[in-house]
Amino acid sequence: MARIAGIELPREKRVEIGLTYIFGIGLTTSQKVLEATHTDPNIRVKDLTEEQVNRLREYIDRTVKVEGDLRREVDLNIKRLIEIGCYRGIRHRRNLPVHGQRTRTNARTRRGPKKTVAGKKKATKK
Amino acid sequence: MSRSTKKGPYIHPSLRKKISTMLRSGDKRLIKTWSRSSTILPQMVGLSIGVHNGKTHVTVYISENMVGHKLGEFAPTRRFPGHAGSKDEKTASRR
Repeated sequence: MARIAGIELPREKRVEIGLTYIFGIGLTTSQKVLEATHTDPNIRVKDLTEEQVNRLREYIDRTVKVEGDLRREVDLNIKRLIEIGCYRGIRHRRNLPVHGQRTRTNARTRRGPKKTVAGKKKATKK
Repeated sequence: MSRSTKKGPYIHPSLRKKISTMLRSGDKRLIKTWSRSSTILPQMVGLSIGVHNGKTHVTVYISENMVGHKLGEFAPTRRFPGHAGSKDEKTASRR
């Protein structure tokens, strides 16, 4: 059972992919980690030896910011933006897209499900 | 794409001059500026700057963690007065 950085344990996948289940590790970081620890990226997570798992765990603990720590860092960054009252902070505060996307339509990820406003009449053609 | 570090942070020359004279004389009057794209430098912490938003100068008090942002980020150019007949939008537009 491979348990790295808390609670992550995908079993049947290749390690290269398995590691990306950790928040803060994507494919690039995953490949870097495996290279630094001299682990074959193609073996399955369940086939890792105890020693390999330990090496991975230790390396990730030391060098990569993952899971809770990373989430906290992101939250702090957002909080800072909100506190100083800059444009990006205001967008966060009002739950609107931050990077200048359109809001006339779409932007549903930030704004959540549609709330229909009643009372707007359809334009009638003459 | 960020700016080359070789050049240093951008700040409008006249604003830079005003700030350095301000710091030397020590008085803390409002500096009005139209240069929204100027970077906030560490020396500017504690000053109040009137940043133009296209209509008026918005007073921005520079605090420590604003350093590195641009002046314009603190003076919104758009005002959303809310939609007709919805009250919560109206309160939200002015913070």
